[in-house]
Amino acid sequence: MCRLFALTSRDPISPMRAIDALNVMKEGHDGSGVGLYLNGLSGPFEELKECPILSGIFTEAGLRRLDQYSMDKGFKSKFSILYAPDGPPPVGTPVRGTYAAIAYSVPKGWENLSEAEQGSRLVQMRLDLKKMGEESGDMMVFSFWPDTIVIKEVGDPLEIGEFLQLDRNKDIYARRILAQGRQNTNYAINLYACHPFFIEGVASMTNGENTAFIPIKEYLQSRNITGYSGYQSDSEVFTHIAHYTTKRLGLDIRAYKHIITPLSDSEIAEHPDRAFLTELKRSCRKLIIDGPNCVIGCLPGGRMFMTQDRKKFRPGIVGGKDGIFGFSSEVCGLNAAIPDRDKSKDFQPMHLDTVIVGPDCKEIIQCSQTDQLPRQL
Amino acid sequence: MLSDRPITPSTLGVKDLPWQIKWDKDLCTQCGRCTSVCPVSAIELGVFRKRTIVTPAGLRKKPSNEHSIFYGIRQKTDPAYGCIGCSMCNMVCPNNAIQPNRDEGSTTMKFHNDRGGQPRTRGGRRNSEESLLDQIKFMRISMLTDPALDAGRHEFSLNTLIGRIQSPEESLKCMAENGWKPPVREIYPLIIGGMSFGALSPNMWEGLQMGVAYLNEELGMPVRISTGEGGCPPRLLRSKFLKYVILQIASGYFGWDEIIHAIPEMKVDPCAIEIKYGQGAKPGDGGLLMWHKVNKLIAAIRGVPRGISLPSPPTHQTQYSIEESVAKMIQSMSMAWGFRVPVYPKISASSTSLAVLNNLTRNPYAAGLAIDGEDGGTGAAYNVSMNHMGHPIASNLRDCYNALVTTGQQNELPLIAGGGIGKSGNLAANAAALIMLGASAVQVGKYVMQAGAGCLGSEKDRCNVCNIGICPKGITSQDPRLYRRLDPEKVAERVVDFYLSFDTEIKKIIAPLGRSSSLPIGMSDALGISDRDAAERLGIKYVV
Ligand code: SF4
Ligand code: SF4
Repeated sequence: MCRLFALTSRDPISPMRAIDALNVMKEGHDGSGVGLYLNGLSGPFEELKECPILSGIFTEAGLRRLDQYSMDKGFKSKFSILYAPDGPPPVGTPVRGTYAAIAYSVPKGWENLSEAEQGSRLVQMRLDLKKMGEESGDMMVFSFWPDTIVIKEVGDPLEIGEFLQLDRNKDIYARRILAQGRQNTNYAINLYACHPFFIEGVASMTNGENTAFIPIKEYLQSRNITGYSGYQSDSEVFTHIAHYTTKRLGLDIRAYKHIITPLSDSEIAEHPDRAFLTELKRSCRKLIIDGPNCVIGCLPGGRMFMTQDRKKFRPGIVGGKDGIFGFSSEVCGLNAAIPDRDKSKDFQPMHLDTVIVGPDCKEIIQCSQTDQLPRQL
Repeated sequence: MLSDRPITPSTLGVKDLPWQIKWDKDLCTQCGRCTSVCPVSAIELGVFRKRTIVTPAGLRKKPSNEHSIFYGIRQKTDPAYGCIGCSMCNMVCPNNAIQPNRDEGSTTMKFHNDRGGQPRTRGGRRNSEESLLDQIKFMRISMLTDPALDAGRHEFSLNTLIGRIQSPEESLKCMAENGWKPPVREIYPLIIGGMSFGALSPNMWEGLQMGVAYLNEELGMPVRISTGEGGCPPRLLRSKFLKYVILQIASGYFGWDEIIHAIPEMKVDPCAIEIKYGQGAKPGDGGLLMWHKVNKLIAAIRGVPRGISLPSPPTHQTQYSIEESVAKMIQSMSMAWGFRVPVYPKISASSTSLAVLNNLTRNPYAAGLAIDGEDGGTGAAYNVSMNHMGHPIASNLRDCYNALVTTGQQNELPLIAGGGIGKSGNLAANAAALIMLGASAVQVGKYVMQAGAGCLGSEKDRCNVCNIGICPKGITSQDPRLYRRLDPEKVAERVVDFYLSFDTEIKKIIAPLGRSSSLPIGMSDALGISDRDAAERLGIKYVV
């Protein structure tokens, strides 16, 4: 089973802190891959907050094609981190080329576009580049969004972290970090199948298996929303459902759990929002997951959340102290990353819970599905 | 017949008949029960002459003849009285002295059951044992990452929805604006399909209704039953149990005068209205209740004179075209109940199903589509229609589901599949296969008669005399001497039995697939079949 670790911190921290935690949980992943999502970046990227950042892996030819493509679209590179490792990669990791994070200035007239339009254009560009890369094998693109870097690679997380020298470059320190250590199961190792998944500011990672994958995938694909594609992993749907819930339906993240694991009818009958929840359960029936899964995600605005499947088969724990909180699939990872916290305040979400920590990193907010929802309509 | 007499083309011997009676002279007590119970008078008292030649040893005495008479059972060979293999004779025989045997090699009768130029009519089914649904396996069992669930202990949510379900966006908008919401019912995914009051005996109907009421009221299973075309007894229309009933309207509109007049007195709304355009067993044919069965009660409920055959037209004659018919009838039926009751059409599976579906996707009042495959049953039809007309349900249903997936309406318009589910007894497996191919619910008829009331029909052309009111089990007869054989309480008990065992079996299927939170509609990745073409056609895995 994959191991998940996330940190949300008031001040930027090194992504290696999350990777070290993954390393402690090593017995649970086979080192077949690692994925990182970084948000709330520091340094030069923080000054370019509005500029979309493209992250991915490129060959020389890929970089040239990228330049051409972005220029054609009117995007100009403002700041970039291009890292081409000198030494040989760790055993099991292929030689790839340049790991890149490039911030672009937007073309003229961009500000006149609606937010939704801007979003779907950025997604479309990412998909175009992904497709170009798949055809010729010269690029892989994981995200294209302001204040966001996504790194994915095959291999042992710690070795990859050291190989990419993630600790050295303060420019990629971030306030919110999602990290996943992959346990390869159903699908051949494909970087696009590595968590965390990302779309328009919504990122998430999951462990466990989603047995309702096919109907959910078919439903998302038929929503006609740019970016609801790919699905090399059954976990990508969790990200897209979170995106659909918050961005498309405009609901609070607390409604997310009501969509993926709705209450039973008898529980709904007792709920203050019963009419709303009945409607939501029916109209979003195709998005009901059948885990077991633990989902950790990050939302635009910097809220981080964890939620469990209704069957509660997967472990998950949240704990921390003022200024920094960790979300982990195992307590040992959390102990390694934030040893000096008050452990009595740790919280393990159960089958009805969603846990949220805001960008202020002050406290753990626990929400039960039986609670009244914030007014949404 | 003597050997030198001329014979007619339809002069048959016992060996020419599909069902041949074996009678044991030694065991027979000559009580006469078998001849009196036989629904088709296929057997009669036989007076047999026996000559024995007694030949003494030696030459002194000459051989002599001994003539004797004995009595027994004789099988008639006139095609009009051909044995139907119901085996009632065996059931009533105190000594097990008689039984019918099927002779697969004897097909002569097939060529002679159209005397007077009347092709064979009967009740029943397609009489073919093949079943694609039986070949489908469930093979996506979680072995590594996730423990399969425990069918006995887990919380399962098996209910399904019937009605037009709004898309999430529409639904939220509608809530915010306080708009009209299409009615949606949460029901159990196994529906008792339309078998009319008239086709079924009053005892059978009562038994089914009692079973359904028990499942709902005592066991909390929201099971629903369709009336079929033929109206609904007035007291049921005015009772609180109407909410468990799907009222069917078909092209003969039988019984609808009574229903419309009862609307103001209804205590509860019916579960739904099913508009029947076709039936899987005889696509393109209307319903048929033969005169034998139209007695006083049936005539009263249907609003027709007694003793006449009641063929419904093949189409709804009052409408100009199918599109118009579907749209207008859905509209008027919805209006009749103040838009509080889901209304959906039922069609025979056919290569035109997609056209109907496309029409419905654009009609905001359409509450679903029921599709009935070629293996469906019927109370009365021409043999040729049953055996040769129609479309298998699996691929038809799959095409419709895929069409909905393409337009993104797979959650909005529920598909109800029927026709051959459980034809070889594998009710839960067949139902689960169709659900995973995209059905929101399934409906069954023959299985209900077989499991619920001991119907003798089989895929080997056994019995099948449902059309002429002589059902030996009292299931499809309107003759009180026959239907009093059927105890409604016992039917109700059996209905509850098979629903409960279905419930356990369906959990035994979906639990190992790791599904429990919602009915696995469209979970096609769980399915496999060892027929490459079928796998490709259905979009499921090919496994050998
Ligand atoms: S099997 Fe049925 S039809 Fe045949 S002789 Fe016996 S009772 Fe009559
Ligand atoms: S037992 Fe009755 S219902 Fe069944 S096949 Fe025979 S006549 Fe028809």
